Amino acid sequence: MKKVLTLVLALFLSCIMLSSGFAAETIKIGFNIPLTGEIPKVGESSKFAAEMLKADINSQGGLKVGDKQYKLEFVYEDNESKAESAVAVAQKLIDRNKVLAIIGPNSSKQAVPAGEIADLNQVVMVSPWSTNPDTTLDRPYVFRAAFLDPFQGPVAVDFAMEQFKAKKAAVLYALANDYSKGLAEIFKADFEKKNGSGSVVAFESYGDKDQDFSAQLTKIIAAKPDFIFLPNNYNEVALTVKQAHDLGWKGPFMGSDAWGSAELMDLCGDDCIGLYFSTHYAAAGAKGATKEFIDRYNKKYGYIPDDVAALTWDATRLVLQAIQEGGKLSGKLRKDRKALRESMANVKSFAGITGSMKFDEQGDPIKCAVVVRINEKGQFVFTKSVCP
Amino acid sequence: MFDIFFQNLLNALQWGSFYSLIALGYTLVYGVLRLINFAHGDIVMVGAYIAFFISSALLGAFGLPQFLPGWAVLALTIPLTMVLTSLVGVTIERIAYRPLRRKGAHRLYVVITALMTGLILENGNLLLLGASRKKFPEMIDKVIYKVGAVYVTNLKIGVILTSILSFIVLHFIITKTKVGMAMRAISYDKFAIPLMGIPVDTVIVFTFVLGSAMAGLAGILFALSYPILDPYMGMSIGWKAFIAAVVGGIGDIRGAFAGGFILGIIEISVVAVFPSSYRDLIAFSILLLILTIKPTGLFGVPHTTKI
Repeated sequence: MKKVLTLVLALFLSCIMLSSGFAAETIKIGFNIPLTGEIPKVGESSKFAAEMLKADINSQGGLKVGDKQYKLEFVYEDNESKAESAVAVAQKLIDRNKVLAIIGPNSSKQAVPAGEIADLNQVVMVSPWSTNPDTTLDRPYVFRAAFLDPFQGPVAVDFAMEQFKAKKAAVLYALANDYSKGLAEIFKADFEKKNGSGSVVAFESYGDKDQDFSAQLTKIIAAKPDFIFLPNNYNEVALTVKQAHDLGWKGPFMGSDAWGSAELMDLCGDDCIGLYFSTHYAAAGAKGATKEFIDRYNKKYGYIPDDVAALTWDATRLVLQAIQEGGKLSGKLRKDRKALRESMANVKSFAGITGSMKFDEQGDPIKCAVVVRINEKGQFVFTKSVCP
Repeated sequence: MFDIFFQNLLNALQWGSFYSLIALGYTLVYGVLRLINFAHGDIVMVGAYIAFFISSALLGAFGLPQFLPGWAVLALTIPLTMVLTSLVGVTIERIAYRPLRRKGAHRLYVVITALMTGLILENGNLLLLGASRKKFPEMIDKVIYKVGAVYVTNLKIGVILTSILSFIVLHFIITKTKVGMAMRAISYDKFAIPLMGIPVDTVIVFTFVLGSAMAGLAGILFALSYPILDPYMGMSIGWKAFIAAVVGGIGDIRGAFAGGFILGIIEISVVAVFPSSYRDLIAFSILLLILTIKPTGLFGVPHTTKI
């Protein structure tokens, strides 16, 4: 009995030593993404883009840091598109999986609380898609690859005023979603600044998991706005647009970057044709490295990558570039995490497939936004580019 | 002004119809078994998915040929879905609730089993079909009617009429037929009734057939009106319909029917009058008030036969 026990113990110990010896040769990056829940397509896009990048680098022998080659190991954890799960996932990736850096969460609803965990534990976190300012605000360890809502809001306002000749706007937003609420308020403030107070004639909201928006839409339509602004997730947009048409609305809609999922047109169908939204990149008509990424992704997974896929690609490459620029890894996790934060902060500019970025002192990129139109084939066609 | 009133009235009637249909299922099972079947909202979800697969198959998805026009597909999908959903309901009764009843377990344990069954249905669906949403096919062309400044679709009218019709049918079954009488009898005294030669299990199965068929019907209509399906779609509306059933007086189908419409009307009118962010706060405060004044619900009477 004792012998067996000793044997088991010895095996166990050697396993631990082996795995820690093995870990020195790999770089572990955690992904805190919504594989189930409200927006599973977002998680899928992130995962697919990351898998493609990992295959690229590992097939060339790994990432070269200093004079050593490291294999990449990506850990995908599902945050169920919930704020509390995103926090738990961040903690798990940091403590149990012992990752060097975290990519995600994507939505601000999860990125704002998860960012707190990453920052407290001094682990670099890069959110690909979050646009709410609070995600990175006063958090030295949190970065992002997307532009911010205080920039996106005015882009939507200016575009709508020019394109629809709009003097009056209506907003319908999701109350329990930090992203939607934040952007709706920024939009309202900016629109009223440019068109006088009271020019946002209806400012309505709905709750978590709501499917019926008829009362809010009836109120909005009765207020006779020139267009309706919907800063909401694509699944809710599909329902809202349909119900508005059922209630006799024939005017235009304006959307935000949360519309830009590959699944939007599957769910929304003909109702969404001809609508505009602001986003990070336009897949139709892309050039250079962006086009190469789109073609490869499309070939591998069978659909045009949405902006989340492109931003995840950029965010992950940004982290890898920072690791390389840091020179070498010591193998001591705490030290490496701190060193990575320094080299992330030193990245002056980065040429991503969603445009080139510079970073300000908050860790936010300064980059351009585009407005796309949904054409008759359901493609997102470039209409206008707005740079800060 | 009147336009907005009538428009919102129609909105409220449609939304209340869903609550009513789902609340009817809750109340039927409760009336007979004194069991709050918390899996009911998820049975609605299962119904919607069943309808999705039947209608997609009949419309020529999955590589099958389409040989029926849209209206015929709808006419076939409704009864088929109701039958299949009631099979699901009966199966749940058979494997989850009946063993506990046989062992004489306390009702509390059965309620917890029901909660777990709901979670199993949700997560089973997630595992089986994946997390991505399904788009429910449009079987009939949507027609938008315009009366004055009030807009209404053929679907909206269909939903409201169906819920009223199914209430009338259920009411007839319970008050006028023999099996309805047996259901009321079990609700009255479940120990004496077997001695009278009434097959209790058969009646209970029949109750689940009725309740789940209602859930299936609600699932189709819900999916037609809000054509995006996900595994958690039944949860929130199921909870709210349960509240509607309690407000109406759970166990009484008139109560469930009225309670559903009351909840729908309250929710919509709160949004119409107040800022929409206060909707649930105000709506449920009103319901709480109703229950404080009349704890047994509107139609509920303490200590009498309920169904």
